[in-house]
This record gives sequence, C-alpha cells and structure tokens, in this order.
Amino acid sequence: MRKMEKQLHKISKEQEYNEYVKKKVPKPNYLKNSIWAFFVGGMICTIAQFILNTFQDFGISKTDSNTITVIIMVFLGAFLTGLGIYDKIGKRAGAGSIVPITGFANSIVSPAMEFKREGYVFGVGSKMFSLAGPVLVYGFGSSVAIGLLYFFLSK
Amino acid sequence: MAVKKLGKQTVQFQNTPIIIGTSTTVGPKEGEGPLSQYFDVILKDDYYGEDSWELAESKMLRETVKAAISKSNKNISDMEYMLSGDLLNQLMSASFAARDLGIPFFGLYGACSTMTESLSLGAMLIDGGYADNLVAVTSSHFSSAERQFRFPLELGSQRPPTAQWTVTGAGAAILSNYGHGPKITHVTTGKVIDLGITDANNMGAAMAPAAADTIVNHFQDTGLSPDYYDLIVTGDLGVIGKEITEEMVLDKGYNITKVYNDCGLLIFDNEAQDTHAGGSGCGCSASVFCGYIYQEMQNRRINKVLLISTGALLSVTSAQQGESIPGIAHAVAIVNDES
Repeated sequence: MRKMEKQLHKISKEQEYNEYVKKKVPKPNYLKNSIWAFFVGGMICTIAQFILNTFQDFGISKTDSNTITVIIMVFLGAFLTGLGIYDKIGKRAGAGSIVPITGFANSIVSPAMEFKREGYVFGVGSKMFSLAGPVLVYGFGSSVAIGLLYFFLSK
Repeated sequence: MAVKKLGKQTVQFQNTPIIIGTSTTVGPKEGEGPLSQYFDVILKDDYYGEDSWELAESKMLRETVKAAISKSNKNISDMEYMLSGDLLNQLMSASFAARDLGIPFFGLYGACSTMTESLSLGAMLIDGGYADNLVAVTSSHFSSAERQFRFPLELGSQRPPTAQWTVTGAGAAILSNYGHGPKITHVTTGKVIDLGITDANNMGAAMAPAAADTIVNHFQDTGLSPDYYDLIVTGDLGVIGKEITEEMVLDKGYNITKVYNDCGLLIFDNEAQDTHAGGSGCGCSASVFCGYIYQEMQNRRINKVLLISTGALLSVTSAQQGESIPGIAHAVAIVNDES
C-alpha cells in the first residue's frame, strides 16, 4: 500500500515537472515555418511540373514523362545532398523539403555518405536505409493491402 | 573514519590539490564564438587531418593532454593517472588517446558531466596521497556526437528551439600536490535524478533537477552561501535548463541569480551562431573551464568558482525504448589563494 502511494507520488511529481517545463519551452514560429515549407515545397513541385510538361510537349507519353521526371527529381535531391546544400534548405523549409521525393533521396544519400567510413558493406550498405527503411516497409505494406482490396472488390 | 567527508555528499580536502595548468582545443565554430581569445588551439578543419570524426576527436583529446602537460612544465612520464571520458560508445576518444599516451588510465562515463567527474576523482587521488601529478581531460565533437545520437549531418531536418549544439572541443587540467594555481577545496558528488523528461531535444530540462539538487546539497553540506562564490557555473544546461535550475535552487532557499551562469551560454552567441538553446557536450564545460575560467582565475578577476558539469545519461537504446532521461551533476569548488 505504502509502495503504491510512493509510486503515485512519483508520477504526480513527474507530471508536475513536465507541465512546468512545457511552460518554459518557447514555441517554434509556426507561421514562419509554414510559409517557408509552403514556398520551398511548392517550388520543388513547380520545377517537377515544368520538367513533366516539357517532356510531354516533346511528345513523350504521360507514363514515361512521369518516370523521367521522378528520376530527375531524385537525382537533384541526391546531388544537392552531396554538395551539402540540401540540409541547409531543410533547416528552413522543414516539411517543405522532406515531403517531396527529393527529401526521400536526401534521407537515403545522407546516411550513405555519413557511414562510408565504416565500409561499403556494414557502413553504406546497411545504414543507407536506416531512415528511409520505415517509409519503404510501410509504403510497400500498405500498397499490398490496397492491392488485395482492389483485387477482391473489383471482381 | 571518513574524516574528510562533510555532510551527505561533500568532501573537503586537507591537502588541497592544485590545478597547475590547463589547455584547450576547440573547433572552428567555437573559435568564432565570444570566448575565442581564451582557447589555445582553434582548429581550422574539424577533421583535424584524420580520416573520421571519431579519430579527430581522439586526436584533439590527446594533443590537449600533451599541451597541458608541457604548459605545466611536466613530462608525460610525470603523469601517474589519466582520468578521462567522452560521449562516444565505449569511450573511443579517451581510450584511443590513452593508448598513444601510455599514462595509466581510468575511463569514466558521466556523459557531459565528465569534466567535474574526472576533477573530483583526481582531486581525491591527490589528497589521498595516491598520486603527485595526474591529468583530468574530456572531449566532445559535434559531428561524432551527431552521428551517434541523432541524424546524419547532410539530412535536411529542423531543430526545435530547445535543441542544443554539441561543442567540438577538449579541455585538460593537470592536478598536482605541489605548485602554483587555483586549488580544489570541495567536491560534491551528485545523485542520478530523473523527473521524467523524455524529449532528447530538451536535455537542459532533463538535467536541471540534478544540477539544482547538487548545488543545494553543496550549500547544505558545507554551510557556505551563494555569496561566497564569484561564479557558480553549470556545464551545459542552456537557456531553459539555466532558468529552471535558478528557480529550483531558489525554491530551496538559495538565491544564486547574481553569480550564476552556464558554460553552454558562454561559449556561443546563440542568436548569431544559430545554436538555439546553447552549447552542450563534455567539451563544453571542459573548454570553458580550462580556457576562460582558468585564465580569469589566474588573472584574479575571478577567485572562487563552483563548477557543476551536468550530464544526460541517455543512450540511443534507452531513447528508442521510450525511457526518460536521467540527469547527473557533480560540483567542484575551485578557489584562489588569498593575497
């Protein structure tokens, strides 16, 4: 009984402290962050749209133009990561540069660069997907689930 | 009987150990900060001519030890112990440096509290008559800490306002039972305290209760008051942790506001250098103490200092398993002779 009281006292003390700390923590500037995210994210999408339209204007089919555009955007994301520019964009843009596919490229290339010193197998090879891995696992997982639904419902 | 023990957590030295010399090495960013004139070596390149960040950190620690020894007019062979630790797994920087230096070595892990942990134990060894000369040293490196605890450097992620910036730096102090320099008079060893903070981006709040507890216990054990000190300085609590510590210590009846500061706030200009809540890491209190504070004590602009390095005892595993962050803080009182 006494042990339980002690436990409860501990929890309330921790709660009290966490609430006290919460009041001290400055809020991030949500408005400024949102504006940055909106414009940088929008800019990345506009560039991709421009590339897509250009290929289509040259008479390439929509599916092929989509594929080429994705390849170019992934390359750009990886290239800017290699030059050390993408992290500087990300610091300001936040979700604006994480959500587009260039951010996905950044999340794969940055650990690959970082862990090169540990070798190509246990460094680059095993750490490359340490950040993008969860996205792939749940991305593939949900596409399988949706695929099955589609398969059974469309019959 | 423990005749040198004072109260519950404090030791009062009888053959007061003397800090006869110190040296510091810092990275380029720290060299651009407000304390740049107080550092011995400012690296131009934070790889320091090595192949990896970890080896660069180890070299920084090793070279700082050598510089501190020669500034104290000693030889490496005079050093009877090296008390050292760092943030990397299995103390890579400290043990690799000790491998090259060949000084008998105790590896310590106290996270960012390592500077005062090593000074505390070193002072006890000297006062106990177990050594004449020894070195207490620690280091941290922004890039090696980032890759171990957080994300790859090139990942485009945003830091919250409470995040702190790991200092690239090393500080070494030579302790001796004979010579000139400030003396270590008291040591208050801290307890591990955890009030349930789980946000690894808010280490200041996680460590502040430990710092406050150690400071209050120091005053209770010694009977000293905050006015006794010219400077009470915590290791790396940053903006939020400093404010919390001040309030928690005041709550126990001690007002330290007038003399209190934090190494994490001294080393960077948070606004200009974009370091958010301030500096952190073992190298933060090590370079600020061995550089700025030690030199100010030699110039007698500061005479009585209570240094409290603060550590967050989390690991990547404990954080991923959702555990809260335990904090630790050790206090060392360093005082100039009268006259």
